[in-house]
Amino acid sequence: MDGMQASPDVVVIGGGNAALCAAITAAEAGARVLILETAPEPYRGGNSRHTRNFRCMHRGPLGPLTDSYSEDEYLADLMKVTDGRTDDTLARLAIRTSEECLPWMEARGVRFQPSLSGTLSLARTNAFFLGGGKSLVNAYYRTAAGLGVEVLYEAAVTHLNLDGDRIARVDYTCRGQSHSVSPMSVVVASGGFQADLEWLTRAWGAAAKNFLIRGTPYNRGVVLADLLDQGVESVGDPTQCHAVAIDGRAPKYDGGIVTRLDCVPFSIVVNRDAQRFYDEGEDVWPKRYAIWGRLVAAQPQQVGYVIIDAKSLELFMPSVFPPIKADTLEDLAQKMDLPPAALRETVDEFNAACGDTSGFHPTELDGVTTKGLEPPKTNWARPIDTPPYYGYSLRTGVTFTYLGLKVDETAQCSTADGPIRNLWAAGETMAGSILGQGYLAGFGMTIGTVFGRIAGREAAAHAS
Amino acid sequence: MQAELLHEARRQAEICNACRYCEGYCAVFPALHRERAFADGDLTQLANLCHNCRGCYYACQYTAPHEFDLNLPRALAEVRQASWEDFAWPAPLARAFQRNGLMIALAAAIGFAVLFWAARTFLPAGGDGFYAVMAHGTMIAIFLPAFLLPLASLAIGLRRYWRATGGGDIRLSDVAAAFGSAAKLRNLTGGHGDGCNFEDRDRFSHARRHMHQAVMYGFLLCFAATSVATLMHYALDMPAPYGFWSLPKLLGVSGGVLLTLGCAGMVALKLRADRNLGAPSAWGGEIGFVLLLGFVALSGLLLYVLGQTGLMPALLVAHLGAVLAFFLLTPFTKMAHGFYRLAALAREAANQRAVRMTGGETGP
Ligand SMILES: Cc1cc2nc3c(=O)[nH]c(=O)nc-3n(C[C@H](O)[C@H](O)[C@H](O)COP(=O)(O)OP(=O)(O)OC[C@H]3O[C@@H](n4cnc5c(N)ncnc54)[C@H](O)[C@@H]3O)c2cc1C
Ligand code: SF4
Ligand code: SF4
Repeated sequence: MDGMQASPDVVVIGGGNAALCAAITAAEAGARVLILETAPEPYRGGNSRHTRNFRCMHRGPLGPLTDSYSEDEYLADLMKVTDGRTDDTLARLAIRTSEECLPWMEARGVRFQPSLSGTLSLARTNAFFLGGGKSLVNAYYRTAAGLGVEVLYEAAVTHLNLDGDRIARVDYTCRGQSHSVSPMSVVVASGGFQADLEWLTRAWGAAAKNFLIRGTPYNRGVVLADLLDQGVESVGDPTQCHAVAIDGRAPKYDGGIVTRLDCVPFSIVVNRDAQRFYDEGEDVWPKRYAIWGRLVAAQPQQVGYVIIDAKSLELFMPSVFPPIKADTLEDLAQKMDLPPAALRETVDEFNAACGDTSGFHPTELDGVTTKGLEPPKTNWARPIDTPPYYGYSLRTGVTFTYLGLKVDETAQCSTADGPIRNLWAAGETMAGSILGQGYLAGFGMTIGTVFGRIAGREAAAHAS
Repeated sequence: MQAELLHEARRQAEICNACRYCEGYCAVFPALHRERAFADGDLTQLANLCHNCRGCYYACQYTAPHEFDLNLPRALAEVRQASWEDFAWPAPLARAFQRNGLMIALAAAIGFAVLFWAARTFLPAGGDGFYAVMAHGTMIAIFLPAFLLPLASLAIGLRRYWRATGGGDIRLSDVAAAFGSAAKLRNLTGGHGDGCNFEDRDRFSHARRHMHQAVMYGFLLCFAATSVATLMHYALDMPAPYGFWSLPKLLGVSGGVLLTLGCAGMVALKLRADRNLGAPSAWGGEIGFVLLLGFVALSGLLLYVLGQTGLMPALLVAHLGAVLAFFLLTPFTKMAHGFYRLAALAREAANQRAVRMTGGETGP
């Protein structure tokens, strides 16, 4: 074996945001760093390559962020979405450190958008990457290369040999060959296990077979499982995952952001028996995006069908695949494999329950509601009566899993006997230490950046 | 235009419209996000607005091997290239030269021959310097039509472009906005000011922008030199040759140096860049064009340096022959892109104006 691959100070497992932040920080501290990334180069960067923004605390205007976003407000937002299932100490650490991360990121090549169309509501809390997460990942790989970090692609870590209170050896395969390295320090940043459908099925039940995975196919939780098997402390509910409702025609893996559908509030959503099952107008879509993943997962064959009419077509962000279109509801049902008579009946019933729609307002909770319908539609309830009619299928798209490694404020992992001296974890693989459930847009990148840097710092200090 | 090219550009534009991560790199994305559906004319406009900075390729999470197979710089380059060939008048000439460096070389050779023939046939009865090789009247007889015909052809092409992309009126402010953007090559700054991705994959640099500036301003200086000399000749009765400290020489020499260096730099960059992020079939034509332009500049410079030597007559014939080919081919080679680019930038300014007047975008 050539170069440092035989004897690095620090091995970083994974090639996404958390891994890169750790590698760069460790290399800047003088460590010789080797990144083992299981994906081939074009797919490097895990789920991070699909991201668009980073949630950042700031006491005053900062880079692209307007106004201010205090620690307490940030924490309150987090508590709201997690129903209080949040580790206060680690959450505050992540939030407080996020402020210094933004200039740190910029200094390492990350560029932000000034302000985006359609996302103005987030201009205060979230900084958007110019070009998205892949451009962030590219910038970090360039910075890392400049610091002498070595990257091995298609290097799948299979086993960490835990010997007492330290990792003695890292085993990996690379293009069909098995290798081992024995670095001073190891950072695990290899994401969750959502791409392993069998594991997901064990946790969720058979329904998981029909789930789509929004991000990388390479986060299969191999290292996570290996460490859990050896008694490394875990945190988070193994049956929990973050899932949203996405376009049913999305690819099985890696469909990313474009498969999102924003039309539910202006629609009725039925299952394959053409029956409605939930209030489509409960709240503005960003707040209901996540629950629909679960709602659809609970329907037969884990599929839902969104029905809108011509009135609503232009009220939401364009979809990546064009909607299915028909001049009559019956034709639409035919094209979508729904029972036509049942769909007609459901729509008629819904239309009859719609009242005065003069107060309709697409961007606000308008209180335009159905009367005497079960389940009701409590906002934006306008009859579906203007051809052509349009339909989309909806499926459950998994973003990430919650089960992860338990870490402390220094990102260090432990067993029941105490800390593992040379093992740290960062990013999605330890996010469960902070988030028990729920999710706040942009917090995944915050966790990865904050804890990646901490892990890199600690790993380098240990190695020197 | 082949339907597949438009179909492919439309497919990709629809994906981008659902994604929007690249908003901020250039003028294409804000324009794209204003539409929900893309008519052929919309795609033609987006294609001509694209400066092929490639930022959106390297940033895209959907490039091959991903099944979405995004390569927007290439899809737009293909439509753009085809649009120049469709709009040109006469179109067959554009089809012959746009993608074909050899044809351009052939044209240059014919240019040399014509000049050689003219020099031999219409022997000057006297005259100093260059005019001892070729009479002033002969030069005018050749170059006046060679200058005016392409202009007329370009005017027809631009009119077709304007109609195809929606017609309507154009204001002075739109034209000013277009020139302002082109003058700074704003769309090659990457939005963040670090430049574009070209010669070294995803690394941002200003190399291409600076080389393009050298070519563009070098060309304009040379053009200004010729214009000033023409004025001096006719209006002030001050015929050539001019000394070094004269305006035509100062403009011409500085322009010639810039243009030569710019063309050389451009070729070097193009050799390192990934050809698959442009229209690969047009690569030869582009290189051929840059080499011709570089040859015009270099031979002009040499003519200045070696004008007093025995090489002068041969150099003069070569230089004028290349200039002749360059002028005549303007509507049918990469040179045309400057004009369509300005039209696209003006169209974008007009469209933005229309959006402001109607009070913003449709829909939330
Ligand atoms: C479509 C989508 C959009 C999102 N948008 C946002 C957003 O805008 N903002 C936000 O904050 N969060 C967002 N998220 C969540 C965000 O992606 C994650 O929180 C974050 O990227 C996690 O970073 P990470 O470095 O921990 O993991 P990843 O980026 O997933 O990196 C894990 C890495 O480990 C590698 N790996 C896995 N197993 C092995 C192994 N055995 N050996 C070696 N390497 C291995 C993978 O190849 C990968 O490179 C989004 C997620 C998705 C799916
Ligand atoms: S080029 Fe790719 S990343 Fe950029 S907007 Fe289009 S789909 Fe999104
Ligand atoms: S190549 Fe550059 S100019 Fe063209 S669309 Fe992409 S980002 Fe814009």
